Amino acid sequence: MAFLEVRNLSKSFPSPAGARHVLSGVALDVDQGEFVSIVGTMGSGKSTLLSLLAGLTSPDGGTVVLDGKPVTGVRDDAAFVFQNYSLLPWFSALENVRLAVQAAFPNETAAEQTRRATEALERVGLGNALDRKPRQLSGGMRQRVSLARAFATEPRVLFLDEPFGALDALTRDTLQQDLAELCAGRERPVTTVMITNSVEEAILLSDRIVPIVTGPPASLGASIPVELARPRTLAQLAHDEQATHARANVVAALTASMQRRNRSVSATATTALSTTEPVKEAL
Amino acid sequence: MKRLINLLLPLCGIGMALAVWWAASVAVPDLPSPVRTWDESKLYILEPLAKRGESDQGILLLAYYSLMRVARGFLLGIAIATPLGFLLGVSSTLTKMFDPIMQVLRPISPLAWLPLGLVLFQKSEPAALFAIAVCSMWPTVINTMMGVRAIPQDYWNVAKVLRLSRMTTFTKIIVPATLPYMFTGYRLSLGIAWLVIVASEMLTGTPGVGGFLWQEYNSLVYAHILLAIITIGVVGFALDRLMGMAEARLRAS
Repeated sequence: MAFLEVRNLSKSFPSPAGARHVLSGVALDVDQGEFVSIVGTMGSGKSTLLSLLAGLTSPDGGTVVLDGKPVTGVRDDAAFVFQNYSLLPWFSALENVRLAVQAAFPNETAAEQTRRATEALERVGLGNALDRKPRQLSGGMRQRVSLARAFATEPRVLFLDEPFGALDALTRDTLQQDLAELCAGRERPVTTVMITNSVEEAILLSDRIVPIVTGPPASLGASIPVELARPRTLAQLAHDEQATHARANVVAALTASMQRRNRSVSATATTALSTTEPVKEAL
Repeated sequence: MKRLINLLLPLCGIGMALAVWWAASVAVPDLPSPVRTWDESKLYILEPLAKRGESDQGILLLAYYSLMRVARGFLLGIAIATPLGFLLGVSSTLTKMFDPIMQVLRPISPLAWLPLGLVLFQKSEPAALFAIAVCSMWPTVINTMMGVRAIPQDYWNVAKVLRLSRMTTFTKIIVPATLPYMFTGYRLSLGIAWLVIVASEMLTGTPGVGGFLWQEYNSLVYAHILLAIITIGVVGFALDRLMGMAEARLRAS
C-alpha cells in the first residue's frame, strides 16, 4: 500500500452556468520518500488537486488516504509552499517561520522554537536577514523564507504549489537547487507532491512525473519515471539521454491531451450548428 | 519659494473668510466683527487656564473638560464597537442578524439619544457619555468588519496550513491584518464623538466648550459664541490630524 493513495477523486465548483467539473476520476499513488511532480498547463485544475491532497478543501467524491488514514483536514505532519509566498507582512522572516514552529512544536520552550526557526532560515542562506520584513526581501528570498517555514516543522509530507512560478528564470534555477538540497539533506525522507507547469523543473527535482490530462474535468495520465542520479544540474539535464527521453514523454502526453480537448471543443462547435442535441453528440 | 506660497495661500483663504465675516457683521448688527470678537475674547485666550467661575474659565480649560468627556465616551464606544466589528466580520450569520438594526440606529442624531440617556441614567454626565458612545461607534464597527472581510485568502490559508489555533489566528493574523481599517474607523469615530460632545453639553449645560457656547448665547455675549465655534473647529482639526498621524505610522510599520 502506497504512502499516499488517491482514488477516483472528483471536485466541481458552482458557477452561474451550473456546476463546473474541474477534476474527475483522479487516481495517484505516491510512495514514502518519493518526489512526484504533477505537470499541466495553467488553469488545468492542478492547484485544486493539491488543495484536495493537502486537506485544504474537501472533494465531492473519492478518497485521499495518507499513511493509512483518510485525509479530512490539514495534517500536522504536512507542510505547504504556495506560489505567492503567503508570508505575513507584519512579521519578520524569523517571526514568520517561528509562527509555524510554535504551532508544530507547542511543547518546546520559546528559546528552542527560536533556535529551530533560526536554523531553518540559516539553511536557506538567510541567516543575515532574520529581522527583515517580507517587503524588504526579494521574491527569491521570500520564497526561501517560505521554504524555511515549511522545512522548519520537519514535515513528513510536503505540498508545493508552483513554488517557483512567480520568480525570474535565474532565481528559479538557484531555488530549485536549494529545494533539491533541502529534500536530500534530511534524516527522515520527506514525501513530496509538487505542482508545476515547467517540465524542466519537474525533471530536475522528481522521481516521477504525472501529466495532467486536460479537461475539464481533468484527470491524471500515466506516470513517467525519471531515473536519473542525484544531484542533478540543469546543464547535465540538457544533454542526458534519460532526461531527453522523459522530457519527450511528458511533452507528448501533455500535447496529446491538449489536442484531444481542442478536437472535442471544435466538434461541439460544429455539431451545435447541425443537431439539436449537440452536447450529447460531442460526448 | 514654493514653501512660501504654500504658507501664503492658506493665509489668503483665512483672510478672505475674515472679510466675509466682517461683511456679515456689518449687515447683521448683532453679529460681532472679527476685531470685536478678539477684544471680548482675548481674556479667555490669553489666560487659557484661568478659572474665574463655574463656566467663566479659560478656553483651554473648557476645551480640556470637553476633551476628557469625549475621551471617555469615545473609549467606551470603541470598546464596544471593536469586538462587535470583529464578530460581524467573521460571521455572516451575525451580520445578517444585526445589519438591519445597525442601519436603523446609525443615522440617529445625538440630540435624539441624549434624552434617552437622561431617562436611563438620571444624570447628565453618564447620559452624555452614552450619547457619544452610541453615536460614534458605527464607523469603527463597520470599518473593523470590512477589515476582517478584506483579509486575503492567502492569510487564511496560512492559518489553515500551519494549523493555528483560533486564538493564535486571531492575535497573529486577524488583528494585524485589520489594524489599518480599525484605525480609520477610530479616526472617523473620534470625529463624530467631537461633534456629539458640543450638542450634549448644550443640552445638559455641563461645563465645556459646548456648555460655554450655550450659556454665552443665553447671556447675549455673542462674541463668545464665535470664540467657542472657532475653538471647536480648531480642536476637531487637531484631533483628526493626530489620529491621521497615528494611522500613517501604523500603515508604514
